[in-house]
Amino acid sequence: MSLTTAHSVVAPSANSKRIAGAIIIAYALISIVPLLWIFATSFKTPPDSIAYPPKLLFQPSLEGYCNLFTTRTRQTPEYINSLGPATDFCDETTRKRNMVIAGPSNFLPRFVNSLIIAFGSTFCAVFLGTLSAYGFSRFKVPLADDLLFFILSTRMMPPIAVAIPIYLMYRELGLSDTALGMILLYTAVNVSLAVWLLKGFIDEIPREYEEAAMIDGYTRLQAFWRTVLPQATTGIAATAIFCLIFAWNEYAFAALLTSGTAQTAPPFIPTIIGEGGQDWPAVAAGTTIFLVPILVFTILLRKQLLRGITFGAVRK
Amino acid sequence: MAEIRVQHLRKAFGDFVAVQDSNFVVEDGEFFVMLGPSGCGKTTTLRMIAGLELPTGGQILLGGDDVTMLRARERDIAFVFQLFALYPHMNVRKNIGFPLLAQGMPSAEIRERVEETAKLLRIDHLLNKSVSGLAGGDRQRVALGRAIVRRPKCFLMDEPLGTLDTEFRDLMVHELRELHNRIHATTVYVTHDQMEAMSMADKIAVMNHGVIEQFGTPREIYDRPATMFVADFIGSPPMNFLGFGGGLNKGAKEIVVQGAKVAVPEVREDIAPTDMALGIRPEHIRFDDTSKLRGAIYGTEYLGTTQIVAVETADGIIKARVPAEIRLSTGDHVGLTLSSARLSLFEKGSGRAVRTAVHDAASERRAQHG
Repeated sequence: MSLTTAHSVVAPSANSKRIAGAIIIAYALISIVPLLWIFATSFKTPPDSIAYPPKLLFQPSLEGYCNLFTTRTRQTPEYINSLGPATDFCDETTRKRNMVIAGPSNFLPRFVNSLIIAFGSTFCAVFLGTLSAYGFSRFKVPLADDLLFFILSTRMMPPIAVAIPIYLMYRELGLSDTALGMILLYTAVNVSLAVWLLKGFIDEIPREYEEAAMIDGYTRLQAFWRTVLPQATTGIAATAIFCLIFAWNEYAFAALLTSGTAQTAPPFIPTIIGEGGQDWPAVAAGTTIFLVPILVFTILLRKQLLRGITFGAVRK
Repeated sequence: MAEIRVQHLRKAFGDFVAVQDSNFVVEDGEFFVMLGPSGCGKTTTLRMIAGLELPTGGQILLGGDDVTMLRARERDIAFVFQLFALYPHMNVRKNIGFPLLAQGMPSAEIRERVEETAKLLRIDHLLNKSVSGLAGGDRQRVALGRAIVRRPKCFLMDEPLGTLDTEFRDLMVHELRELHNRIHATTVYVTHDQMEAMSMADKIAVMNHGVIEQFGTPREIYDRPATMFVADFIGSPPMNFLGFGGGLNKGAKEIVVQGAKVAVPEVREDIAPTDMALGIRPEHIRFDDTSKLRGAIYGTEYLGTTQIVAVETADGIIKARVPAEIRLSTGDHVGLTLSSARLSLFEKGSGRAVRTAVHDAASERRAQHG
């Protein structure tokens, strides 16, 4: 130990940087390999996807995507030959497998359901959460601590534990298999998270901002809109991502409460298996497309997400 | 601009009484400072004048109108916060123009008023900058600009210099006073810093535990403190107290402290025998070996032109401000002479100042000038 190499208390040493790097790389590999495998599978042909040993190099094909968006029926070669020339790529691949396209599959409407329900419930949860968090943060709410604990307590058991009562209630209320029902359900689950996260963010915004605005001639609502909201955007974005991830990925309730018109993508994708064999490329294609919106949303808002995870840890 | 009249103002938070029965009048165009230690109720009083807190009792009149229960936005006042409360998502121009926007003023007029205000504060070159990059003094000016631009009935300021560096603070004290001299806005300024209060105020109210201990000009408060608290709070170092016993009779001109006779301003009231205190400002003590009031040098603080000397007497340490040329060393025995005309007398129990010739002389002077 020479005195010339100034030793910093806070800066990590070269060794710990290397170790940290190695851990991050290992973790990244572990998390990304399955995703890459799904992505690769979505571009394989069905025989390639079940080949043993697994093929790392293969001729990419869009057959999985064709199969995802269509339903097909098996026909005799004579019948297929009697048809006119194939109109597009999907038509052609399907015919090679002795099948013809019977119509569009349910994937697109299910995917749209997912978008409506996930974004709708996220909007509701964040909207209600922001208002409640502001109320808890700024006003003397009677029994505020008990109410906050009650709100938090709704997260203390897995939501699916109440699946049966909710199933029965929804059947009575006619909310089964409706987008409205799913939006209500996901909002209810997410709003507690939203209130708690956002209360932390709003607590950090000094009251002086609204007070200044109210003295300057604004009503409380105007002051909230013009001074608090712009400064809470980080928190709102972070909260929105958390809510969206939950609502987007949720499987159990969706499988239980939706079966037809309001079915979301997560319960739909597994049903692809079974329609004409184990069509792994179509499943992988569905998963890949399903990942895109959340991926884009998260990448766009990754800074806020990081801050959301460490919120309250560092005082400004 | 308008006068502010506060009558029997009271604020309680549950069992805790933050402000008890405050009464004062801030005249039109006056720079009024509320001074006191933290938790004394000065900020609460200010927030009640602003309408950010509603009083438990009493009245607030603004330019003759009762505004006690009005909302903040209906009072036509401006408030400068300690943390400035500049909106980080707006630039300087928008921050200053924000109150005008609320009034629905046309944007051309807002622009004009904002630029006029910025010129007054010499921040016109910063108008299009973001507020987050500004230095402390400039932030302060922007916050002031947002207050001035409205031309409100009065300005309320809550320790606006509290977060600035000492250097900036002195500069801003001058700037604020100069600004006040130019626009003559009724101002209520809250601070715990006596130097700020003394150098800016027309009138000061010294508060402690929710009570206004004294209301007066800086000179009155320094020369004739109404209570021992005020005497102790104002001045650096604060007033010294030497205890003595017995009562006082009207017309007494001499008291006995630690066996030494001390001439005092003529007492103008009778005081029944009780514990008393003699109050002496550090600069009213001279060293004089013939004096019977004696002590030993405990320590010195050299300040350049003067020095603060701590002297240990039979009744604890007292501090004297004497010329720096006097050579003293710790342990030396010295005699102390007090400037009789400038002494104060207090009842120790209540802390109240005893009425003496000093007070009467002041009221006579006031009567003559008034």
